Amino acid sequence: MALTAGRQAPDFALNTTPDQRVSLRDFRGRNVVLAFYPADWSPVCSDQLPIYSELMPEFRRLGAEVLGLSVDGVWSHLAFAKTRNLRFPLLSDFEPKGEVARSYDVYRKGEGISERALFVIDREGMIRWSYVSPIGVNPGADGILEALEGLQPGRKP
Amino acid sequence: MSKLRPPLNAQDHVFGSPDARIQLVEYGDYECPFCGRAHAISKAVRAMDGVLFAFRHFPLSQVHPHAMRAAQAAEAAQLQDRFWPMHDLIFENQELLEDEHLLEYARQVGCDVDQFAEDIDSDAVAEKVRADFLSGARSGVNGTPTFFINGERYEGSWEPSVLLPLLDELRGAARELR
Repeated sequence: MALTAGRQAPDFALNTTPDQRVSLRDFRGRNVVLAFYPADWSPVCSDQLPIYSELMPEFRRLGAEVLGLSVDGVWSHLAFAKTRNLRFPLLSDFEPKGEVARSYDVYRKGEGISERALFVIDREGMIRWSYVSPIGVNPGADGILEALEGLQPGRKP
Repeated sequence: MSKLRPPLNAQDHVFGSPDARIQLVEYGDYECPFCGRAHAISKAVRAMDGVLFAFRHFPLSQVHPHAMRAAQAAEAAQLQDRFWPMHDLIFENQELLEDEHLLEYARQVGCDVDQFAEDIDSDAVAEKVRADFLSGARSGVNGTPTFFINGERYEGSWEPSVLLPLLDELRGAARELR
């Protein structure tokens, strides 16, 4: 079972390029969307991530940053992000493999990949929404947008 | 099941009678090859009585570099009441979507080309395309083409050989209810 709303989001620090590391803590004060996905280059991921990329202005308006995570290495991420013109970082949950996915309880042991899972984390680092999609189904962005809208100042939780 | 948000309204490009019992809405991207194939559905449906067809833009511009511009071209043509001829011409020429081609299509469908060239760069046109995209994201569109039948996302195959008979059946059922 993936971690659910109301839990503190486990912190992590992962490489996004060979010499650049990103940690969740860096984003305190911002909402964060974590998009775990099974693999670079798979057909479903190739549809899902460009939609988030296209929505970056809307996510920013809602005070949110997006981080994509998979067990692929940084070089694969760089090539994948380049061909898709992705406008958010892809983090490499590569060594120890899947450690961050395990900490969010979205690792598929038998296959050695993560679930297709979404987490919306608030400004204080609390998980406010999570969703695990069937692995072959692109969850789109409606759930994320709704969750982020619920986190806007002046909105009841 | 995902719902169309917002529902069809005055901002939409609709083809057919507003009284139609069956409403088919497509979210599409002019540079997407699957949408190119699905264009056969749009054409067939527009020839069917009792079905209203509407098109909303869902350009994935990071993957399809010409998709946004082509959507803006269709909107600029709309300002001269030439949306559907422009829409068809763009889908029939998906490989040729540079500005010079779009201007030529505008001329072919009878637009005032100077006016068109001004409108395609206007904020209002960009905003309309953006609003369509956001409405798709909110409605759970997760790729193109995505269809909604009477406001609910259609999860089945959009192959014309599947979707067209289904629409025909729904249309027949709606008629019997009258």
